[in-house]
Amino acid sequence: MATASHEVTPQEAAAHPPAEAVVVRFAGDSGDGMQLTGGQFTLSTALAGNDLATFPDFPAEIRAPQGTLFGVSAFQINFGSTAIETAGDAPDVLVAMNPAALKTNVSALKPGGLIIADSGEFGDRNLAKAKYEANPLDDGSLAKWQLMKLDISALTLEAVKPFGLGNKEALRCKNMWTLGLALWMFDRDRQPIVDWLKAKFAKLPDIAEANIAALNAGHAYGETAELAGPMQKVSIAAAPTEPGLYRTVTGAESISLGLVAGAQLAGLKLFFGGYPITPASAILHHLARLKEFGVTTFQAEDEIAAICASIGASYAGQLGITSSSGPGIALKTEAMGLAIMTELPLVIVNSQRGGPSTGLPTKTEQSDLYQAVYGRNGDAPLPVIAARSPADAFDCAIEAVRIATTYMTPVMLLTDGYIANAAEPWKVPDMAGYAPFPVRFMTDAPGEGETFMPYARDEKLARPWAIPGTPGLMHRIGGIEKAQGTGNIDYAPENHARMTEIRRDKVLGVDVPDQDIEVGEAGGRLAIVGWGSTYGPILQAVRRARARGIDVSHIHIRHIWPLPKNLGELLRSYDRIIVPEMNTGQLKTLLRDQYLVDCRPLNKVSGQPFMIAEIEDAIANGVGDGDVPPSATQLPEPKAMNP
Amino acid sequence: MNDMTPIATSPKDWETDQEVRWCPGCGDYAILKAIQRTMPQIGGTPANTVFVSGIGCSSRFPYYMETYGFHTIHGRAPAFVTGIKLANPDLDVWLVTGDGDGLSIGGNHMMHILRRNLDTQILLFNNEIYGLTKGQYSPTSREGTRSPSTPFGSVDHPAKPCAFALGSGARFVARGYDVSKNLPDVLKAAHSHKGAAFIEIFQNCIVYNADVFAEFTDKNNANSHQLWLEQGEPMLFEKGSRGISLDHDTLQLKVVDVEGGDWQNAGVIVHDVRNRAVAHMLVEMPFGPFPMALGVLYDDPHPTFESAVVAQNRELSEGRTPDLQALVSKGQTWMVEKEPREN
Repeated sequence: MATASHEVTPQEAAAHPPAEAVVVRFAGDSGDGMQLTGGQFTLSTALAGNDLATFPDFPAEIRAPQGTLFGVSAFQINFGSTAIETAGDAPDVLVAMNPAALKTNVSALKPGGLIIADSGEFGDRNLAKAKYEANPLDDGSLAKWQLMKLDISALTLEAVKPFGLGNKEALRCKNMWTLGLALWMFDRDRQPIVDWLKAKFAKLPDIAEANIAALNAGHAYGETAELAGPMQKVSIAAAPTEPGLYRTVTGAESISLGLVAGAQLAGLKLFFGGYPITPASAILHHLARLKEFGVTTFQAEDEIAAICASIGASYAGQLGITSSSGPGIALKTEAMGLAIMTELPLVIVNSQRGGPSTGLPTKTEQSDLYQAVYGRNGDAPLPVIAARSPADAFDCAIEAVRIATTYMTPVMLLTDGYIANAAEPWKVPDMAGYAPFPVRFMTDAPGEGETFMPYARDEKLARPWAIPGTPGLMHRIGGIEKAQGTGNIDYAPENHARMTEIRRDKVLGVDVPDQDIEVGEAGGRLAIVGWGSTYGPILQAVRRARARGIDVSHIHIRHIWPLPKNLGELLRSYDRIIVPEMNTGQLKTLLRDQYLVDCRPLNKVSGQPFMIAEIEDAIANGVGDGDVPPSATQLPEPKAMNP
Repeated sequence: MNDMTPIATSPKDWETDQEVRWCPGCGDYAILKAIQRTMPQIGGTPANTVFVSGIGCSSRFPYYMETYGFHTIHGRAPAFVTGIKLANPDLDVWLVTGDGDGLSIGGNHMMHILRRNLDTQILLFNNEIYGLTKGQYSPTSREGTRSPSTPFGSVDHPAKPCAFALGSGARFVARGYDVSKNLPDVLKAAHSHKGAAFIEIFQNCIVYNADVFAEFTDKNNANSHQLWLEQGEPMLFEKGSRGISLDHDTLQLKVVDVEGGDWQNAGVIVHDVRNRAVAHMLVEMPFGPFPMALGVLYDDPHPTFESAVVAQNRELSEGRTPDLQALVSKGQTWMVEKEPREN
C-alpha cells in the first residue's frame, strides 16, 4: 500500500538534522482542520516534555474554495531536546492532505525530508485545481524527498465505518487519523487528545467516538508492519528546561492573562473595548470569559468606538484597554491623541500583521514600529513596549499596565501575528513574585478658597486621577490644550510650548530597566540587535555563530520608547551592528536617529518569520569569515531579502 | 465614592467660572440656562453628574457645567459615554452633540448607543449648519441650503434626527427648542426615562443660519405651528381649533378642524407615548402642511445595556473566587524536574 518513491542517498541523510530537533508541517485544505491537528500535536508534544515552537499559517479566507492553492492552511511545529526558540526553518516532515497543500509547501521541505500524502485526494479534479499537469506522486518529480503515499481518505472512512456517519462527516475525521499517525511517529501519548475529543464533543458522543477511532487507526497504521518503509519511528528525548510547572501558551492567551494580572496588581477593574480583526480578536475572546476577575469586555461598533469606550472607562476609574492590528490601530489614532492630551491610562495592544492597508491579514510582520512611536498628529509621545515571544508577552502586558497607571499615559504594546498565534511552553509564573502597584485615585477635596488642580503633577510628572463620582473634584477635561495646573483651556503660545515639553518629558522619564545582553558581552566585533518576535531566530543564530568562535552578541530591545538609558553607550561598544527586522528597517532608523550609530538593516518582508540560516549568513558577512576583519563591503546592504 | 444622597442645589451651583464663548445671541445660551435650571429640579448631584460632548459649538457645553465634564473627539461622544457608564452605572451621564457631530461623523455611534439603549440623555442641538467651521451645510440642512461649501445650494436630502433615532431603536424620543419655556419639562422627562433618551433641540445659529426655525418658534407662529404632545391628551394645536387625526383609508395622519372643542367628534388622536407606530408617523410628519410635533413623542422603557452587562458580569462571577494563580496555571500542565539545560 505505502511505497517509497526514492531511496535516500547518504548526502541527503547527512543533510537531515539530528533527531534532536524535528520540524513537522501539517498542510491541507482550510476545511481539513489542519490548525486543529497542529494545535493538538503541540499539546501532546508539550506534555511529552519537549521544548517546542509552533507556527500556524492559515489563509485569509475563512473557507477558501476547496482544493485550491490559496485555500491551503498549514501548521508547523518544531520540537526537540535542545532549546527551541523558533518554529523551525525547513520542515523535515510534510503532511500534505491534497495536491494544493503539496504544491504550496513542498519547496520548503528539506532535501531528503519525508512527504506523507493523502493519495485519495490526488484525483484529476484536485490535481487540476492545484495546477498539476501530471500526478506528482507518480511522475518522479518528488525524487528529492522521501514519499509516503497513503489513501488517508479511504483509511479514515474504513476506520469510522461502525459509527454510521455520512461521507462528509466521516471524512472530517481525516485530520485525527493523520494526527494519530504523527503521534506514533514521534512517540507521543494519545490520551490527552482522547480526553480533549471527549470534552469537545461531549454532546455528540458518536462524533467523539468516530474521531477517537480515526486517531487510533492512524496510530495503529503506523505500528503495523506494512509501514516498514521510510517512515521510521523518530523518538525525541525530552528537552531539559528550567525546573517548574509548565503549560503551553499562545501570545493571545498570555497577553490576556498579563492584562488581567496587571489590573489586579493595580487594584483596578479591567475594561476591554475591542472590534473583531485578525489576528487580534483572540484577546477579546479570552478576556470575555474572565468576568470573575472584574473584566468587562465590550465589542464595539468599530475600532474607534472600541478605543473611545476604553478611554471613557479609564476616565471613570477602570483600566481601559483596547486591542487591534495595523488598520484598526490607524483608526484609533485620533483617540490616542486624546488619551495623551487628557493624560489618562490606557493600554493599546497592536498585534501587527503584514503590509499597508489590508495587506496580509494572516501573515506576520513588524512594520508598525513607526506607527507606534511616531504615528500621531502633533507631538504626541507614548511609551511603546514589544513582546518577544508568547511567554514574554505576559510580563510585557503587566509592564504596560504598570507604566500606564503610574504615569497616567496611554501605552502601546506591540506583538504580532506570529506571537499571537504561536504556542510555546511557558513556565507558570508565581504571582506572589510580582510586586503590586496599587492605584490611588485623588479623593482629597480642595480646602476653602482653593480649587482642584487636575493638571498638577507629581515627581513623575503624572497628573492626579480624579474620577467622576468623587465629591468636590468636579473638573473638565478635553482635547483642547490645557493650562498647566488648572487644566482650563489655554491657547497661549508659551503654555502650549510648556505642555508639549511636559508630555515629552513625562514619557522620556518612564523608568525603563537598563538594556541587558541576551548572549555575549558588551563590546566586540558585532552585535545583532532585534526586537519583538525575531528573538528566537536571532538567539539561535548567535548561539550557533558563537559556538563556531565568532565574536557576536545578541541584544533584544523590549522598551522601544523610551529606549533604555544605557543603550546608546552599549551600541557604541561594538564595531558593527546589524538590525534584523520583518520590515524595511524601522528600528534601524530609530537607533540611527537617537544615537547616530551605524546600524545596518537586515530585512525580511515576506510575511514569514526569519530563518536561523538567514541570520547566520548575515553574521558571517557582518564579521567576515572568522579571523578576517570585517569590511564594509561584506556588510549586508539595505535591501529586502525576499522582495 | 458615589454619594447618591440628593442635595439641594440652585441653578447657580451648576455654573462654572469659565467665560461662556458662544456668539452673542446664540441659542446655546438658552439651552445652557434651561439645563442649569433643570438640574436642581431633578435632584441632581454635581459630583455624580458627567457631561460628555464631541466637537462643535454645542460640544463646548461641558466647560460651562459645574460637574465632571469630558470634551472628546468629533462624533465619538456616544462611545465615551458607553465606556463611562459601563465602568460606573451609577453616574448620571448627559451627552451633548450637534447635527454634524451626532449625525454625520458620529452617525454610526449614535445608531449603536440608541439600539443598545444605554442609560443616558442625548441632547442633539440641531441648527442645520456647521457653525464652528464657519457655516458649511450639515446633514440636516434643507435642500437648496446655500453655504460656503454649497454656493449654489445643497442638493442632498436632509436626515431627520428623530426618525433616525426611532429607526435605530430609541425608546425615548422628544423635541424641544432653545428658547422654549417647556424645554426643562422635556429634559426632566428625558432624565426620568431609564435608557437612552434622545432629544432633538432646535437651536438658532444666529450667525450662519439665523431664524431657520422661525416658522414655528417665532411668537407669532407658535400657536399655529407647534403641536405640544402630552400623554393622554388629544393632539390639538392652534388653541384647540385644529388637531391631528388618522385617515383610516390611507393610514396617514391628517390635520382636522375642531368645532366647539369637540375633538372626539373630529377624530383627534389621543397621545400615547408608548405607541411606536404613531411615533413613527409623528417624526415623519412634514412641516408646513402639519405643525411641528414637540414634547415627548415616544417613551417606552426597555432594559438598558449597562444593566444587562452588569447583571451578566455579576451572574458569571457569583460563587467564583478570582484566583490569579489558578488562572495562570489553567489547562494541561506538566512538571519539569531536571536541572536547567546548558546552552
